[in-house]
Amino acid sequence: MPHDHPDHHHGEHDHGMSPSGHPYRADDDHPLSHWQCMEIAVRELIVEKGIASESEITRQIARMDERNPAVGAGVVARAWTDPDFKTRLLADGSAACTEIGVQVETLKLVVVENTEDVHNVVVCTLCSCYPRWLLGLPPDWYKSRAYRSRTVKEPRKVLAEFGVELPEHVQVRVHDSTADMRYLVLPARPAGTAGWSAEQLAGLVGRDAMIGTGLPDTPTLTPA
Amino acid sequence: MSRPLPASLPEISSQPVPPPYPTGGGRFGPGMVVRIKRGRAPGHVRTPWYLRGKRGRVERLCGDFANPESLAYHGNGLPAQPLYRVRFTMAELWGDEAERPSDTLDVEIYEHWLEADDAA
Repeated sequence: MPHDHPDHHHGEHDHGMSPSGHPYRADDDHPLSHWQCMEIAVRELIVEKGIASESEITRQIARMDERNPAVGAGVVARAWTDPDFKTRLLADGSAACTEIGVQVETLKLVVVENTEDVHNVVVCTLCSCYPRWLLGLPPDWYKSRAYRSRTVKEPRKVLAEFGVELPEHVQVRVHDSTADMRYLVLPARPAGTAGWSAEQLAGLVGRDAMIGTGLPDTPTLTPA
Repeated sequence: MSRPLPASLPEISSQPVPPPYPTGGGRFGPGMVVRIKRGRAPGHVRTPWYLRGKRGRVERLCGDFANPESLAYHGNGLPAQPLYRVRFTMAELWGDEAERPSDTLDVEIYEHWLEADDAA
């Protein structure tokens, strides 16, 4: 309790403010929701029946949390620097990832390429299908009703709100990820990056560029 | 609703894409015009409501996959269903409300939700 210093007057704590002048955050003392109860019940049954131990479950959650968009950015950068790999990636995303040691397990990865004429954007209207092995957990907005319903109907407005302005002639191709495939957008390589290493290029590729709601960063510094 | 038929169908690459995952072959091939079946079905259905009754073209056959409508209820998902990537125009999906009629939407649909459409 870093703020509990003995020299503070007790009175300061009685007005809902911490000694540093911030309001205390409310405790989460609310009853469990139906699905929270369900999750605990299922988890306890899994342990009780010896299907998995608590430490195995914890480790699996840690593995999920370790996945992040840098994994996907590495795949994109590799495709930008190795044309043969890009061909294989577009033909069979899962096999190409496995080939370079990127774990995808059972993921059926489909990589769709942004070109001068086509901009791809991914949504899952039914739930929150997302290439988690390559991007980590989806952002909250990806799971929101607003994103899911609007992206299939007015993708250009949605993209504009993300700051993506497309040239007039570019066609938008929305991918509603409903079934067994998971979609990753391969953005176009930014101009001004000739001679960059895959590692440098990966630094330009953020999560949204691989969902299609963003574009890669443009280079501002000449690499050393 | 009156709209010109050709405009409501998307273009598909003239070079058919081979199925990326194993399949025993499906009823439909790339470029064929299909219609999503209308109607309701209870349970874990992976065919979004807004596509029911809409016409699109098969972009590719993805492979055969266990039927989620069975898997979700402890079934074995068999027989596996051919799964297709079907492309629609926004004009077909949203009519006059389409933001840009020529933009397209790709979606994966299991074969038992598709019917042949001979109108095109």
